[in-house]
Amino acid sequence: MVDIAPHAHQPVADGPRGKRPKPLFSLRNIVVYGTLLLVSAYYLVPLYVMIVTSLKTMEEVRLGNVFSFPRDITFAPWVKAWAEACTGLNCDGLSRGFANSVWILVPSVLLSIIVASVNGYALANWKFKGADIFFTILIFGAFIPYQVMLYPVVIVLRELGVYGTRTGLVIVHTIFGMPILTLLFRNYFTSVPEEIFKAARVDGAGFWTIFLKIMMPMSLPIFVVAVILQVTGIWNDFLFGVVYTKPDTYPMTVQLNNIVNSVQGTKEYNVNMAATILTGLVPLVVYFISGKLFVRGIAAGAVKG
Amino acid sequence: MGTSISVRDLVLSFGSVQVLKKLNLEVADGEFIVLLGSSGCGKSTLLNCIAGLLDITDGQIWIKEKNVTWAEPKDRGIGMVFQSYALYPQMTVRGNLSFGLKNQRLPKAEIDKRIARAADVLQIEALLDRKPGALSGGQRQRVAIGRALVRDVDVFLFDEPLSNLDAKLRADLRVELKRLHNQLENTMIYVTHDQVEAMTLADRIAIMRGGQIMQFASPKEIYSRPANRYVADFIGSPAMNFVEGTVADGAFTCAGHSIPLDGYEFTPTGRAGGPAWFGIRPEHIQTGEQAEAMPFRTEVEVDLCEPMGAETQVWASFADMQFRFLVDFALDLKRGDKVSVGFDPARASLFHKGNEERM
Repeated sequence: MVDIAPHAHQPVADGPRGKRPKPLFSLRNIVVYGTLLLVSAYYLVPLYVMIVTSLKTMEEVRLGNVFSFPRDITFAPWVKAWAEACTGLNCDGLSRGFANSVWILVPSVLLSIIVASVNGYALANWKFKGADIFFTILIFGAFIPYQVMLYPVVIVLRELGVYGTRTGLVIVHTIFGMPILTLLFRNYFTSVPEEIFKAARVDGAGFWTIFLKIMMPMSLPIFVVAVILQVTGIWNDFLFGVVYTKPDTYPMTVQLNNIVNSVQGTKEYNVNMAATILTGLVPLVVYFISGKLFVRGIAAGAVKG
Repeated sequence: MGTSISVRDLVLSFGSVQVLKKLNLEVADGEFIVLLGSSGCGKSTLLNCIAGLLDITDGQIWIKEKNVTWAEPKDRGIGMVFQSYALYPQMTVRGNLSFGLKNQRLPKAEIDKRIARAADVLQIEALLDRKPGALSGGQRQRVAIGRALVRDVDVFLFDEPLSNLDAKLRADLRVELKRLHNQLENTMIYVTHDQVEAMTLADRIAIMRGGQIMQFASPKEIYSRPANRYVADFIGSPAMNFVEGTVADGAFTCAGHSIPLDGYEFTPTGRAGGPAWFGIRPEHIQTGEQAEAMPFRTEVEVDLCEPMGAETQVWASFADMQFRFLVDFALDLKRGDKVSVGFDPARASLFHKGNEERM
């Protein structure tokens, strides 16, 4: 105890002291950054090829220099993909599919999130009779392959008189999004301290007041997550789109397939590339916008009440 | 003084597990009641039943002469304060305080008046426009108390409100709560596992174990005349010493010792005697010169010393049982030292060996 003090005043000449130096080219750095570079190249090179090809004329595409930068940049393939490409009888490009997809996307996302969040809240906070059974059935639904239900759903939609319409597809997306979204919301609401819920009940708030005034404002992050999940899922859906709609009401993905896979005439690679990028743009934008919101939402939620 | 809360034959079961077993509790108007017990004894469960946050299985709950057994929490005339504060994180302090009043659809002027009064009592005026995230633990708990205060109710329920605070703040807020009670004169039911909180705050303490009330009496009574061995062991720090033996002919005999029980107040069932536990609190055992004046004296050998600051706790062996008492810090005792100790059997407690009830 006493002999510590003299040591503290001695200059330290024996061995390391202070911050440990970090070499730039250590094995660890090389492995980590090497892997990261490799993975980003794996994703970015195809994207690069798509973008440059979409900006080339067909003559240049035929030269076969896939990686070369376009000599004269042209936006004609983009215009054609958006407004002129033909699928079947319609020759108004992807614009029709885009409109259909938006028409399907917005109500599907809103409806599924509204219903699922109320479901999750009821399951998490109001222990009603049969809640566990209801939840088990719902989760079981998440594991049934969609193919099994394709035809029965066709019959149901036909009987409801909405087969082949966008409304029908909205209903299908809402129902099929329910298991996973309900699970998501239930788990989040379960993590909200039960005492807050109890305090609100003592304060005289009912089912809806607690949901709208207490639970929802506390749950921005999970709503953002749900929006990301649903927007990308519904926008990228092909199976339901192709089965439950007609050419007039095809969503963008189905139309993209029809443009790219058309067997008549020459393959216009530049138009195909432009069309593909256009179709993928919406989920990409959602990621960029909500990604930031998402992080902010989590940070805001992390402050303990 | 009328009855404020009356719990009658309350039973609560979760499936086949009975958490509360035919529990009865009568609380007078303006009383400060503490429910005390180790974790899992059902004290918070009982509070939640009174608040109406748990549906009971059997029995009745009356608040202010009104049967509220089936009433919603908001209609029971209660305010509740939780251990984790349970403030609404997205609302300001003012929002937190006014939430319940807005749900009651009170006029705005009345809401403002009540918030101003509660903020004044709790000295949180400066915090009204802050969010809970920007408050310290003590401030948050004050706001949580304020939320119960603005409801203008007869009964306050506290569920371990100070357990999340550090020791110093806990002591400060404890005093404030006591003052608040003196000022408001509401009925308060307070759940805690901290016996110091219970002793200092309560008019009466209900000690719970396994869903039943073991004793319901004033702190003084519980300390000096515990109704059974569990209460005797649970209350007091360091815990009471117990010696096994037999009571017969006005004396307690155990391995080589006979303790005369002159001055001990027997219960009606106790006078008959029989196998018993003899309990004496460490702080009632005197050493050295003071021991000379005691009705019972003996000599013990020191086994272990634990210095605790003001006093030193000494472990010794008496009648083949572990036995501890307190000596002055200045007294330097070592293992093997002989100490003469003495105590007054009138301050002891005797319990039947079989049912562990007081005798």
